[in-house]
Amino acid sequence: MSSSEIRSRGASDLSVTRWQRIKHWAVQHRLESVDAVKRQLQNRLSTLVTLLLLAVVLAVPTFMYSLLGNLKQLSPGTDFEPQLALYLSPELKADELDRFSRSLLLRDDLLSVELISSDVGASEFKSHSELGELINLLNENPLPAVVLAIPRDQDPETMKSLRESMAALPEVDVAELDVEWLERLEIILGSFSSISFVLALLLGMTVLLVIANTIRTMISSRQEEIEVSLLIGATGAWVRRPFLYAGLLYGFFGALMSLAMVYFSLALVEAPLAELTELYIGRFDLQGPDLSLIMALLLGGTILGWIGAFMAVSRQMGQLTQGSD
Amino acid sequence: MAFLTGHSGAGKSTLLKLLTRVEKPSRGDVWVGDQNLSELSRSEIPHYRRTLGVVYQNHRLLEDRTVYQNIALPLRIAGYNEEDIGRRVRAALDRVGLLASEQKFPQALSSGEQQRIGIARAIVHKPRVLIADEPTGNLDPRLSLDIMSLFEQFNRIGTTVLIATHDVALIKRMRHRVLILDKGHLRHVQ
Repeated sequence: MSSSEIRSRGASDLSVTRWQRIKHWAVQHRLESVDAVKRQLQNRLSTLVTLLLLAVVLAVPTFMYSLLGNLKQLSPGTDFEPQLALYLSPELKADELDRFSRSLLLRDDLLSVELISSDVGASEFKSHSELGELINLLNENPLPAVVLAIPRDQDPETMKSLRESMAALPEVDVAELDVEWLERLEIILGSFSSISFVLALLLGMTVLLVIANTIRTMISSRQEEIEVSLLIGATGAWVRRPFLYAGLLYGFFGALMSLAMVYFSLALVEAPLAELTELYIGRFDLQGPDLSLIMALLLGGTILGWIGAFMAVSRQMGQLTQGSD
Repeated sequence: MAFLTGHSGAGKSTLLKLLTRVEKPSRGDVWVGDQNLSELSRSEIPHYRRTLGVVYQNHRLLEDRTVYQNIALPLRIAGYNEEDIGRRVRAALDRVGLLASEQKFPQALSSGEQQRIGIARAIVHKPRVLIADEPTGNLDPRLSLDIMSLFEQFNRIGTTVLIATHDVALIKRMRHRVLILDKGHLRHVQ
């Protein structure tokens, strides 16, 4: 009897159609994944520890990325108009301030000019900051008058030279361009983003190794079962399958748990972060990871789990099946 | 039905390994039925093995699974559906007289019972050839005879049975063909 006859005999013994075979295949795969979970649950503590480890490892880059997403809210959109703030010399009298601000209005390179006298500044400060009470303690208003001007030409270089020429005016103590802190923020966000990427890469590798190692232990604890199965006619794929499922499920549930951890961590930092940002930009809503990040996490975890299991399985299985060839 | 015997190291185990295609002959061919085992490709080996049933001396049952699950293993591997598996497993258990032990674990059984479970696992998928490696090695003579008469029953319904054993007394009582291996050579004794 040739080998193809052996196979066709096996199939006709079962007397199944192709469709039934596919259906059966799907059912069997489902049974095996359920089986993989059940077996894993028999060893509850070590499963839990592994899942927690995976969750923590996956949570770190996810937390970084969702924080990054939140910080990006801080950078203004394209409709943002950069402002030049001129802190005027405190010696100037009211009429001098007035004259100076009107002289600025005549300039072509400024789009708008707004004078905020030190009194107005003080009352704004009081209403916006918790430190407002401090002003009442002082005899004099320490705040200088400020002119807020919007440059016409918003090219960064032009704005910088404008700031320099403004700073040179005798009435101006300090001139600040608010795009400068935005530029700094951009740089900080940029480096934060590349740090997150490197971290995600390293921790992804960690996930791979953790799962590969877990599956390796699983395989060696079930060596007898694998040997017996191979002896009674199991294919390599049949033996491999439950381990691949286990790796896949480890990855998925690890990612799911890490998501819970990320939400928890974000809740922890929400209050202090809100306090901090209120000082700079006012209201700030901390948002959880967005949908694409969640999908990337779950999918990434699952795929890493499968690859980790595949690595362990192909290494171990190679050793186990050596004798049979 | 035939017995395979010989001193330790005569080549009994090697012959069984060749038959189950665990090992490949360095010279010559092994034919089972019309199948030349040397021509089997790696992917055909599992399908060939499913046409065999093998009973081991240490029975090689999986301790962490129930009797039912142990016997169901060959059927699961061959891809039978659950309904079919249940029917066939119970039929096999009935044949070895251990229907009541379905949900027990192997450790809960005596060594004679464990061996009968091993046999049930070997015959559950109705193999054409049943190979037994020292199936009575750990059993007392009365239990051994029980096991042997079980093998005779399978032989009567058309299964080829090959039993490797060095229990000479048992072989003499059974009156079947005896193949004697001596230093790798086969001597055929009726």
